[in-house]
Amino acid sequence: MAYSDKVLDHYENPRNVGSLDKNDPNVGTGMVGAPACGDVMKLQIKLGKNGLIEDAKFKTYGCGSAIASSSLVTEMLKGKTLDEAESIKNSAIAEELALPPVKIHCSVLAEDAIKAAINDLKSKK
Amino acid sequence: MKLPIYMDYSATTPVDKRVAEKMIPFITEEFGNPASRSHPYGWTAEKAVEEARRHVADLVNADPKEIVWTSGATESNNLAIKGIAEFYSKDKGKHIITIATEHKAVIDAFRELERIGYEATYLTPEPNGLINIEKFKAAIRPDTVLASVMFVNNEIGVIQDIHSLGNICREHNVIFHVDAAQATGKVDIDLTKLPVDVMSFSAHKTYGPKGIGALYVRRKPRIRLQAQMHGGGHERGMRSGTLATHQIVGMGEAFKIAKEEMHDENKRIKKLHDQLLKGLTEIEEVYVNGDLNHRVPHNLNISFNYVEGESLIMAIKDIAVSSGSACTSASLEPSYVLRALGRSDELAHSSIRFSIGRYTTEEDINHAIGLLKQKIGKLRELSPLWEMFKDGVDLEKVEWAAH
Repeated sequence: MAYSDKVLDHYENPRNVGSLDKNDPNVGTGMVGAPACGDVMKLQIKLGKNGLIEDAKFKTYGCGSAIASSSLVTEMLKGKTLDEAESIKNSAIAEELALPPVKIHCSVLAEDAIKAAINDLKSKK
Repeated sequence: MKLPIYMDYSATTPVDKRVAEKMIPFITEEFGNPASRSHPYGWTAEKAVEEARRHVADLVNADPKEIVWTSGATESNNLAIKGIAEFYSKDKGKHIITIATEHKAVIDAFRELERIGYEATYLTPEPNGLINIEKFKAAIRPDTVLASVMFVNNEIGVIQDIHSLGNICREHNVIFHVDAAQATGKVDIDLTKLPVDVMSFSAHKTYGPKGIGALYVRRKPRIRLQAQMHGGGHERGMRSGTLATHQIVGMGEAFKIAKEEMHDENKRIKKLHDQLLKGLTEIEEVYVNGDLNHRVPHNLNISFNYVEGESLIMAIKDIAVSSGSACTSASLEPSYVLRALGRSDELAHSSIRFSIGRYTTEEDINHAIGLLKQKIGKLRELSPLWEMFKDGVDLEKVEWAAH
């Protein structure tokens, strides 16, 4: 299957790989997907004092499109409020990466990961 | 070194140059129809076809009269399974047996027979990919007409005990079909000794051209089958259609070379296999799929735990391999063969099939090992599952949100 240049770029040079302290009250962690389905995404966001997301990190087990979707999302999240972050739609991710139809589920998973991370953060407040 | 390095010989092999040279005159100059009896064009073509038939028969120690040309192993499997079931079910019954890890050409032919009223048993192999002989015996019923088992598995390379399985079929009067597409030139096949009634062959897995195959149909005791392709009554009525002389010549030459060179070639490939196995098993958390002893050295199927197969194939684009996982198809299911062995979803999703052959070099293998070591490390850094494994989390106990 041929990948778009943007997917390849994120796959070859993934942005913001790593982990944040999941016990930090200002860190929200979202883990979505399942090994059985071939993708698992862990997305973490850290809220700054100004109410904006100051850092985002990810780790993903999955195909190139899943890795690219989560890498892209970490870039999109930085500097956003939680409300703005929550409004990120999978279609925007799919469009930015030019995902083919069989890979749309990767962008859906990335959107789910954002929501899961925000929910986790809110549950700590 | 030519990049990407081809390590997908189980998918197809290049045509050996000696084979291609032999084929070319039969496209341009000696183009006659082998069925034309009235002029030298036809006679020359017929002679070439019969010589090729002898080469194919020689590789498996059969009589040339037992070889029927087809378009490939898929057609051979369909002709054997449907043709035998149709011919013998009136007397024997409508129960058929095969293995869950067979090629789709067998599985889907069985499904088609089920659709028209046959009853099929799909046996699950042991975790090493081999069939338990007792379970096979237990599956046979008085109305079992046919059993079909592949000689060498295309995904995991295991060699089934065809001799024992065939003997059981003989004892119970069950016709035994063997798909040997992945076996020719890799394992010794002697049909004067093997209790097999019909056997499928393909040219393009053994350095011949695509689009040509053959079916062995035993004469003593004589096996009959219902033709699936009707027309001019070629191939003694079993498979009509003008013979593709150049393809047939190619298959004959490829099988002739296989017979002459397979023993030396397999020794060389075994060395490369051992080198690859040693290099890759130095990586943490890798699992070989399929029995390590009862396998052809041409195949090494390995799961790299906590790394997803498709992303791995993307990472190792310098080597042309295939994934037992979703990658090559539009479906996102992990390999049904690995699932039938009872492999976990993670391992089934993390598998790579390396298949090596005539033109693989030591340098190729070293390059592959180096690349794998580097990329597995990188992808595991990215993998949340690897992180959890390293933190001592039992992934079996995590409640995943399946999607």
